Amino acid sequence: MAIPFSYSLRNLWTRRLTTVLTASGMALVVFVFAATLMLAEGLRKTLVATGSPDNMIVIRKASATEIQSGIDRLQASVVESLADIATGADGNPLFAKEIVVLISLPKRGSDKPSNVPIRGVTTASFALRPQVRLVEGRLPRLGSSEVIAGQSVAKRFKGAGLGETLRFGMRDWTVVGIFDAGATGFSSEIWGDADQLMQAFRRPVFSSLTFKLQDPSAMNATKDRLESDPRLTVEAKRETKYYKDQSEMMATFLSIMGMTLTVIFSLGAVIGAMITMYAAVANRTAEIGTLRALGFRRRSILLAFLLESVLLGLMGGLAGLVCSSFMQFLTISTVNWQTFSELAFSFTLTPGIAVRCLVFSLIMGFVGGVLPAARASRMNIVEALRTT
Amino acid sequence: MFVLKLIFRNAFRHRLRSALTIVGVAIAVLAFGLLKTLVAAWYLGVEASSASRLVTRNAISLVFLLPASYQEKIRHVPGVTAVAKGNWFGGVYIDEKNFFPNFAVEPKPYLDLYPEYVLPPEERKAFLLDRKGCVVGRKLADRFGWRIGDLVTLRGTIFPGNWEFIVRGIYQPGRKNTDTTQFFFHWDYLDETMRKTTPRRAGQVGFYVVGLSSPDLAAEVSLFIDGMFRNSLAETLTETERAFQLSFVSMTEAIVVAIRIVSYVVIVIIMVVAANTMAMTARERIAEYATLKTLGFGGWHVAGVVFGESLVIAMAGGALGVLLTFPAADWIGAKLSQFVPVFQVSRETIALDLLAAFVVGAVAGIFPTWRGATINIADGLRRIA
Repeated sequence: MAIPFSYSLRNLWTRRLTTVLTASGMALVVFVFAATLMLAEGLRKTLVATGSPDNMIVIRKASATEIQSGIDRLQASVVESLADIATGADGNPLFAKEIVVLISLPKRGSDKPSNVPIRGVTTASFALRPQVRLVEGRLPRLGSSEVIAGQSVAKRFKGAGLGETLRFGMRDWTVVGIFDAGATGFSSEIWGDADQLMQAFRRPVFSSLTFKLQDPSAMNATKDRLESDPRLTVEAKRETKYYKDQSEMMATFLSIMGMTLTVIFSLGAVIGAMITMYAAVANRTAEIGTLRALGFRRRSILLAFLLESVLLGLMGGLAGLVCSSFMQFLTISTVNWQTFSELAFSFTLTPGIAVRCLVFSLIMGFVGGVLPAARASRMNIVEALRTT
Repeated sequence: MFVLKLIFRNAFRHRLRSALTIVGVAIAVLAFGLLKTLVAAWYLGVEASSASRLVTRNAISLVFLLPASYQEKIRHVPGVTAVAKGNWFGGVYIDEKNFFPNFAVEPKPYLDLYPEYVLPPEERKAFLLDRKGCVVGRKLADRFGWRIGDLVTLRGTIFPGNWEFIVRGIYQPGRKNTDTTQFFFHWDYLDETMRKTTPRRAGQVGFYVVGLSSPDLAAEVSLFIDGMFRNSLAETLTETERAFQLSFVSMTEAIVVAIRIVSYVVIVIIMVVAANTMAMTARERIAEYATLKTLGFGGWHVAGVVFGESLVIAMAGGALGVLLTFPAADWIGAKLSQFVPVFQVSRETIALDLLAAFVVGAVAGIFPTWRGATINIADGLRRIA
């Protein structure tokens, strides 16, 4: 017969202080585990959401990012002459020739400079990125030194707020609008007129060409056609894949670091659980003897103590998870090594991460409890009863 | 003497429990030390920079270049001893995973400005004479098994094409914190090739390294250089090498801060574990403390015994952790040599390790100590029944 579940539960309740201390040790470990997973997930999600699956992006061959890329006007017009590019509501092709460069701006508060991407756009750029919405001010007039800033840039960098001016390329640029692009990389960018920016930077080449096909399923055929064209030295990618590739290095780094830290930390927490459970067994030697004398099996005793320890782990896991869910309100902003530009992203909790955290906490409880529980189950009835 | 003996005997009475706690503290101290070392590795470039070198680059950002003609103008600034051109090349060796920093530099002035890259005279001469030659660091050469005379091909990401180089020299670290994972080749090779393929991109320099006759001149010379090019098409930003390196670190500051916070979290975790152990121990010994008091020992005496025990266990764990830190750091340094060029435990880290262990012991001991000191004799003795 099994020992009732309430026995394990009430044992934890009786020794409240110890239970809370042990569980909070585990909670901290789960918190660190969850936080790093959420960070890597947030980064990946932000960059994946930046691309649209129907858009195609063309950059110079072997340049992994727009920043490194350069496509001259001749090659750009060859790509533009593709027959099956979709047409927008205004009758113009959905084809954007853009320039992306980094400018160094000081942060508000700390005054430390960081790299902000500035994107020179055309009218088609807005149609191709429906996630970009103007929230304040107005769109820049083409042919003028006006720019609009993404929300997280406007908040974080000096001179990027509405009505403020930025100085670069021997000109003053007025921020006439703030746009919101949700949790995408565009929120960390500044947009202006492509022709004006190319003039100001004395840079006669485009960085990337983005367009939409009439028939999205023809993407692979178009890719082959562009890449095998002898007049072009370009590579074409689906926009979602392009942005996903940019998250790879940083996301891998964050996951590896998180895993390593968690493994080391969990050793500490498991030791904590083990100490607690050994003490629980030692304090209750006579009790265990009594249970055995009443006829409970060794197996039932093993199970009861294991259950107690796993419950301890579960409590820690839940507490850690609840704490880490508050991290979702935090936004982190750091330079992505692959693009070398500042990117803002937030901690993201997914059901998958929650499940992994809980399973992890159960494992910690189990590993911590298995040896003490085995000791409890192996006790000799007579000797156990004799101890007072 | 008696008190000390009592403390030590008490500490190891529950051998299993003490051993587990000591191992726990040791792991925490080990993790803390390694994380501190990782943060220090982040700042390696800053630590290794010299006070008598300045870096001049385009004021807009690093992706914009400067005209090669600036070199002579900078050279004539009073206090400047040498100027070397440099470009971040961003080449990839076979696969993107094999990342290492590679630069096109002006060989002679650059090597003169960086005496910490130690190169045997004959290798130096061979490098200077061969326009397709390159110099690589010791660790980098070991990583890919390169030897003098080997042909290395890099795929350009910023400068298109496949670029061939011949290893002409392998530099040794001149100081403990010298980065030996870098790759240098002739700036002229880059420039001449660009002149042929894309003339628009020839004659452009990513950064100038400026040598000063005295570190005191840094501020003056920087202002002077930037003043010379103000309101030109390519305005400059000149700062000390240290500030230049620091600007890279500050870009990824969020990650450094996260690692710092996490390194304290591990200490808190183990503090909780140790506090729990001490609380359990004290609870079991309440009757003993009461007995000691009955024998005439004062509250402070009992408190000292409890507190001492907590410290002994924590410090034993701390010492074990410190001992383990060195082999662990060596192992990690070897495994991660491509990400962190130098991974060395500093003396400051060891001191912090021990301090952390002490704090763990002290905090864990507070509650039981207070219990031991204030326990009422009658209450304590009643527990036996």
